[in-house]
Amino acid sequence: MPQSELMSEGEQMMKVCNACRYCEGFCAVWPAMEFRRTFKASELTYLANLCHNCSECYYACQYAPPHEWGVNAPRTFARIRAESYQQFAWPKALASAFRANALVVSLVSALMLVLFLFGATRGLGSKSLSAAVPGGDFYQIAPHEVLVVSFGLVALFAALALLIGLVRFWRHSGEQVSDLLNPPTLLTAVKDVLRLKYLDGGGWGCAYPEEKSSQSRRWFHHFTFYGFLLCFAATTLGFIYYYGLGLKGPYGYTSLPVVLGVLGGIGLLIGPAGLYFLQLGRNRDITDEDQHGMDMAFTLMLVLTSASGLLLLALRETAAMGGLLVVHLGIVMALFLTLPYGKFVHGLYRSAALVKYALERSRKKTLGE
Amino acid sequence: MALVHEKQIAPYTGAYPEEEFWNDYLRVTGGEGNLQLAEMVIHESPNCLDWARSHGVRFQPSLSGTLHLGRTNAFFMGGGKAMVNSYFACAERLGVRVLYDAECVDLEIKDGEFRSATVLQNGQRVSFPAKVVVAAAGGFQSDLQWMKKAWGAAVDNFLFRGTPYDKGLVLKALLDHGAESIADPTQGHMVPIDARSPKYDGGIVTRVDCVTLGIMVNKNGERYYDEGEDRWPKRYAIWGRLVAQQPDQISYALIDSKVFDLFMPSRYPAIQGNTIGEVARQFNLPVEKVEATVAEFNRAVQPGKFDHTIMDGCKTAGLTPPKTNWAQRLDQPPFYGYPLRPGVTFTYFGVKVNEQAAVLMKTGKPAANIFAAGEIMSGNILPRGYVGGFGLTIGNVFGRIAGEKAAKVAREGRSAVREAAYAAK
Repeated sequence: MPQSELMSEGEQMMKVCNACRYCEGFCAVWPAMEFRRTFKASELTYLANLCHNCSECYYACQYAPPHEWGVNAPRTFARIRAESYQQFAWPKALASAFRANALVVSLVSALMLVLFLFGATRGLGSKSLSAAVPGGDFYQIAPHEVLVVSFGLVALFAALALLIGLVRFWRHSGEQVSDLLNPPTLLTAVKDVLRLKYLDGGGWGCAYPEEKSSQSRRWFHHFTFYGFLLCFAATTLGFIYYYGLGLKGPYGYTSLPVVLGVLGGIGLLIGPAGLYFLQLGRNRDITDEDQHGMDMAFTLMLVLTSASGLLLLALRETAAMGGLLVVHLGIVMALFLTLPYGKFVHGLYRSAALVKYALERSRKKTLGE
Repeated sequence: MALVHEKQIAPYTGAYPEEEFWNDYLRVTGGEGNLQLAEMVIHESPNCLDWARSHGVRFQPSLSGTLHLGRTNAFFMGGGKAMVNSYFACAERLGVRVLYDAECVDLEIKDGEFRSATVLQNGQRVSFPAKVVVAAAGGFQSDLQWMKKAWGAAVDNFLFRGTPYDKGLVLKALLDHGAESIADPTQGHMVPIDARSPKYDGGIVTRVDCVTLGIMVNKNGERYYDEGEDRWPKRYAIWGRLVAQQPDQISYALIDSKVFDLFMPSRYPAIQGNTIGEVARQFNLPVEKVEATVAEFNRAVQPGKFDHTIMDGCKTAGLTPPKTNWAQRLDQPPFYGYPLRPGVTFTYFGVKVNEQAAVLMKTGKPAANIFAAGEIMSGNILPRGYVGGFGLTIGNVFGRIAGEKAAKVAREGRSAVREAAYAAK
């Protein structure tokens, strides 16, 4: 659907919704809508990213199909979100990676696997990849400096791309960059993010994967989110151990980086797997089919990351270690490379939208007119 | 849903004492309803909230856009469809089988005793014999021919806020088989809605809430009723009938930019002009007459402190009809207008019932195994007028009574039916 047509569909929908307002208690989108009387593209983009896709409003809606107005807020917002991901992508040339995301993720993963396999075999020379390494010291296969430099550069690039996207989104929504870090509203938004307040549907959860309200999506998302954070913490701690304390890895099973990593890995296994299966049972009348591949690719990549990481840890003293290491590193590298061009960005834009919502509430005045 | 609460309870914003509810009821109906049944509903109303909640219905904190109704009315999270969804889900959990795309077209009733219901499903007429029936099939407002018998050709200009399927087939079957009717077929819940709305199912978004903030003129450009008589929530239900009584069943709400942001946005855009004449021209109204009406109104406006949130006493002097609140000159361009037609929510004409929710037959006796709940019997209590949210309260209270009585009859079998019929004689 061309962008102008999509925005006009969104505008018409908002005129119906703003005259009805019966969904007010479900989430932040509706009170944010009520601050407005006009719905320009920038406002629709903000509202669409504020939408957590819980779908409660669709089942409640009197104007949903088969009504002649066919109001389908979850689908319309999902399409507008997809547009916005491309719109704010940096560098622009890579925006199209959003459109064929599953394909891009597959190709990048394959490429990374080949690259790491090639690198490892070259580095090992005459030694076999499947020979057990004493103490599970994977640095003998992938030297520490190589990992730090390669992952460091990719992580920096991903962080820069995400940051630029975030700033673009924020400016496009009509806000000043300085207001993004306004402490009281930032705190409110952080609380909303950490609690996933708006997947709660006012206490009943959300209509996901189908009509019956449930907290399952919220919990699986919590597993994913906190699992990701723990893994991030484990990696950061490993970095500090190595460079700050001079402790060379690999660390023991009871060391803090490993414990955090294991806990995070378990979360990152249960969460994305749960989300994946919920998504499979989703009511397709309200999804944007074009994003299905991207959603699935991201959750699968997270599952593969944690599964390969946990396996690697468990089998690090066996002959399987070399092969698992190559697989794990390849997947993690592909995950990082594709982070700014896939489902991951939803977290940034939604968090920013929640900051804007908190700002708007604190300003408590009608915008638009 | 409106119900009595002597103290403030969630989700209401304040108390709504029984006496106030009762007085509101008497005022709008002129005391013409069945006072015994009305008292029963109002007295029982405090239990509606917990009953609804315990059957899966969710309420939300007081809404911002509900015309200051937060004190007297509770609103369903997601609206009426969400409420109905919750009840259907609850029924299915309890093992009730629901037939969709199935229309009850007739009832077999012999000597005041229900035998079976005829249902049209996939083009087939299927008969469902049963021990008991609860008629909860609404009014007849969507049957245009029936409406025309009551209203005449004016119906062509009416809009219907809800489903096109509410054709009163069950009501008609009951009446054809000897049930006693109640209320006048022209009576019902009717509000002024945007004339650009679809014929059916435009729902809540077609409302236009600016009548009290400006003036209303008919197609001849004349005012015809005090726009500031009372708060809009207490008056919108009478304005539907007022518009229905105007030539061609149409009116135009005219306001100026001073008040444009003071009411809920509506589905359709306002017609805008730099002069009142420009707005009138777009509606094909007699421009000079509208200008004269506005000029006369402006001259009659008395000084006062305008406040749309209270009955501010800003009024006109020497004007017929007067405007007794919120009277401000229409003088600040741009000017805006909305075309309005009568929007029928539901009709009050229905079957007469007793306090057991049993349908009363023309013989004066209650049917032993026919019960009624909801709009099909609300005319017993609301023969005219309306108290916001009262229809849902009647539906809840009588739905529970009808359900309990019907379950008793069903459980105790046909002998109980005969016994009850005998006792009724």
